[in-house]
Amino acid sequence: MAEPHLIGEAMTGGYGRGADILHGCTLSVDKGEIAVIVGPNGAGKSTAMKAVFGMLNLREGAVRIGGEDITHLSPQDRVAKGMAFVPQTSNIFPSMTVEENLEMGAFLRRDDIRPTIEQVYDLFPILRDKRRQAAGELSGGQRQQVAVGRALMTQPSVLMLDEPTAGVSPIVMDELFDRIIEVARAGITILMVEQNARQALEIADKGYVLVQGANAYTGTGAELMADDEVRRTFLGG
Amino acid sequence: MTARGFLLYAGMALLIVLTGMFQGWNLALTILNMGLISAIMSLGVNLQWGFAGLFNVGVMGFVALGGLAAVLVAQPPVAEGWNAGGLRLLGALALGAAILVGAVQVWKRKIGGRMRALVMLALLIGGFFLFRASLDPAVDAIEAINPSLSGYLGGLGLPIIVAWPVGGLLAAGAAWIIGKAALGLRSDYLAIATLGIAEIVIAVLKNEDWLSRGVKNVVGLPRPVPYEVDLQRDEGFIATAAGYGLDPVTASTLWVKILYSGLFAVVLIVILFLAQRALASPWGRMMRAIRDNEVAASAMGKNVTARHLQVFILGSAVCGIAGAMMTTLDGQLTPGSYQPLRFTFLVWVMVIVGGSGNNYGAVLGGFLIWWLWVMVEPLGLWAMELITSGMDADSWLRGHLTDSAAQMRLMTMGIILLAVLRFSPKGLMPER
Amino acid sequence: MTDFLNAIVALSNFVLVPGAAYGAQLALGALGVTLIYGILRFSNFAHGDTMAFGTMATILVTWGLQSIGISFGFLPTALIALPIGIAITGLLLLGTDRAIYRFYRKQKAAPVVLVIVSIGVMFVMNGLVRFIIGVGDVNFADGARFVINAREFKEMTGLDEGLAIRTTTLITLVTAAIAVALLFWFLNKTRTGKSMRAFSDNEDLALLSGINPERVVAVTWLIVAALATTAGVLYGLDKSFKAFTYFQLLLPIFAAAIVGGLGNPLGAIAGGFVIAFSEVLITYAWKKVLVYLMPENLEPSGLVQLLSTDYKFAVSFAILITVLLFKPTGLFKGQSV
Ligand SMILES: Nc1ncnc2c1ncn2[C@@H]1O[C@H](COP(=O)(O)OP(=O)(O)O)[C@@H](O)[C@H]1O
Ligand SMILES: [Mg+2]
Repeated sequence: MAEPHLIGEAMTGGYGRGADILHGCTLSVDKGEIAVIVGPNGAGKSTAMKAVFGMLNLREGAVRIGGEDITHLSPQDRVAKGMAFVPQTSNIFPSMTVEENLEMGAFLRRDDIRPTIEQVYDLFPILRDKRRQAAGELSGGQRQQVAVGRALMTQPSVLMLDEPTAGVSPIVMDELFDRIIEVARAGITILMVEQNARQALEIADKGYVLVQGANAYTGTGAELMADDEVRRTFLGG
Repeated sequence: MTARGFLLYAGMALLIVLTGMFQGWNLALTILNMGLISAIMSLGVNLQWGFAGLFNVGVMGFVALGGLAAVLVAQPPVAEGWNAGGLRLLGALALGAAILVGAVQVWKRKIGGRMRALVMLALLIGGFFLFRASLDPAVDAIEAINPSLSGYLGGLGLPIIVAWPVGGLLAAGAAWIIGKAALGLRSDYLAIATLGIAEIVIAVLKNEDWLSRGVKNVVGLPRPVPYEVDLQRDEGFIATAAGYGLDPVTASTLWVKILYSGLFAVVLIVILFLAQRALASPWGRMMRAIRDNEVAASAMGKNVTARHLQVFILGSAVCGIAGAMMTTLDGQLTPGSYQPLRFTFLVWVMVIVGGSGNNYGAVLGGFLIWWLWVMVEPLGLWAMELITSGMDADSWLRGHLTDSAAQMRLMTMGIILLAVLRFSPKGLMPER
Repeated sequence: MTDFLNAIVALSNFVLVPGAAYGAQLALGALGVTLIYGILRFSNFAHGDTMAFGTMATILVTWGLQSIGISFGFLPTALIALPIGIAITGLLLLGTDRAIYRFYRKQKAAPVVLVIVSIGVMFVMNGLVRFIIGVGDVNFADGARFVINAREFKEMTGLDEGLAIRTTTLITLVTAAIAVALLFWFLNKTRTGKSMRAFSDNEDLALLSGINPERVVAVTWLIVAALATTAGVLYGLDKSFKAFTYFQLLLPIFAAAIVGGLGNPLGAIAGGFVIAFSEVLITYAWKKVLVYLMPENLEPSGLVQLLSTDYKFAVSFAILITVLLFKPTGLFKGQSV
């Protein structure tokens, strides 16, 4: 089997000098596909995402992108390698306008960012109308759009999303999922954590169930949906 | 106390003894006395910062209130002043207090927002003019009486030792007011608020001549110990002094200082004992638990703000006691001499250098930093003379450098504070 | 009618003009405090002494310029020296950050630790200033004293009251306006300025976006040096320079920054003027204005001064406490909780 585009392999580690939270956790996603991580609260999903993005030190394991070992790169350097991350909380610059948020997303780029901003506005038309408004004043769903838009500004090859639909209404959630599929169709690899496991697994090429910092189940989205055990314990029957 | 602690205390004692041997016992005792007072201030701040993590930068204000207590308790009352307007003045003050209490009561009523604010504002503004209208004539009358010598109301004429606890009470009262307003907010806000209250206390002392004679100072406060001149006339004293091979003048100054040392040491020991008991008590443990994790403590149902208010009042009271003792030692109240760098921030250096959270450390810091504060100037001068000895005797730079040596103190204190924070953040005697 | 005009002129002369100048000085000081709070996240107690240091540096350069015969016509020479003073102060602040603050930043120390560290820095800076220039009063304003003096104004208008506008007042207002305009242009329009705001808003996300924190911090110190030195020099030109008066400005400056909302630059400016005008209005002896407005028989006998000028701290303080009690995030929403 060919090496996946992004892989965090057998990751073990925790915050600072604290106890390990991840125990040999492996996550991978192929180019242009969507991988979804689900699991109970406190399972270490966010921690695993941060580990892949280099925001905590791994004691064991490795992270590779396109075959290149990036385990020891800082988050900023991973941005330069084509990765982008939307954290679960405080993922926008609240006092800055929508457009400034996007500009900050492209901070490392020195070329013309106008076309990318237009692409983001095409993806999320509401942001075009609100571009002069402070991002902190927007509704929850709009804020998530700003957050995703900001991450897209570096023109990443991998987009990592930590619960992008947290706290938004069901209608907005469906809308966001559609947009995420659209992003994936454009060839961007997506690794995301989702609370709404059912919808997420429906659109997923690959699914991971994390429990206590370790892989409990792995399979395609459809396989996981079909697995009785997973259904009973994580998808509510 | 640990072995390290004993060593450090022994070293400190040695420093004072060496000072006595090389620069005279008079200076050594002067340093010792202010060191004792500094140690008490340091204990007060340690109570707030070391126990509870409260950031009080208004130490100067509480110290000055203690100083005011010395005047109000020990000076003889000025009968002419009281006759001229004493009662009217008390009435005006009572009126002012009533207006404030009234405003707070209005605010506490749970009636319609805007109306309540307007009533309170009207009460405060109207009340202010009423207050001034009744206060000003009384003040003028009092201050008009023999302004060059008195022009104030004087005190109660009680023994000055009584002023020490009273100073603590005054400081505690001020701390209660300020704590009510600023505790429970962020730590920097408490800092700014206490910085402000300290400046206001000093402004009151400088301006309310009827109270403290303002910048005209109150001098010649009664003393808890005999006067040197009296000792020098006392046959028995002269004989004893001669027995030690001392002339009466030297002996009397030393003896007076030793008496002060004894008094201060008793107070220090009592407060240190109480602080140690408090630290080990359930109350002290809870206080430290709150300091280390405020969120967890309040989640466990502890009333963090109420506990903080207690410890803030206690610590400020200790500073007030020290302030009263200091004014007693000086024998005068000079409002113009209160500088925040000396009376607030220096005490902070004492606590941090000594070891915040450790009472013995705070006391040691008080002695050590005070000793340095006094010694840096001669040492600096000596160093400057050494550095500039190669220069032309009347060169401009040489003159400037030797003149500026006096300013070395603040820089030295800053460098010591920064060095301790960086290399030994727990201080000389760390909290266990 | 002339009574009314006289009252207006007296009011402008004693309250509005001095209040505006003082407000501008406080606003510049508060901007420095608020920027440090927003980016480095602590209340910098050394700010007053940074102002003193910057002013001292500018004074030394001014003396140097004067000694080689350079002056600035009717404007004070200190204005030419100001950029050099700013540069020197900037170097000092960058050095301080390198040697002292950076260590604690790397450790992610609690804000209160940084505040205590800043107290140490305050001692050192204060000592440095006293060591170099001494503790005496230094008057370094040269050039014309008045743009318009009271006598000229009276002759011009025929009113009883004169309006004197001192050169330093005018310079204060103009310089402060330019400084504020530059600052806001920088923060809102330049890439670096925006990255500073982003860092202040959400430090972690700024890091994820590739913003270099050390650069943001360095730029912040340089801007703070510019603001503090400018504020200090304007204050010194207006009054005079004394090593310890700047320490005393700390209280009104903090009050201004908190009243406006810590971390919010717009708030700092508003707060500066609120504090300044409150101080001036409450400590001004209103008799001079009221004599023109009241009927003869109701004219006030006293000075009609609400509080003696020595209580001006009490005014900052009262406003501060009121805001803390009723609106802890300040008039404009600050960052603080
Ligand atoms: N910054 C942090 N420092 C220390 N522990 C953390 C931190 N963030 C999360 N944790 C701990 O890591 C574990 C996993 O948390 P998280 O990864 O956020 O779970 P999830 O996203 O699956 O809900 C939890 O026990 C949590 O308490
Ligand atoms: Mg999570």
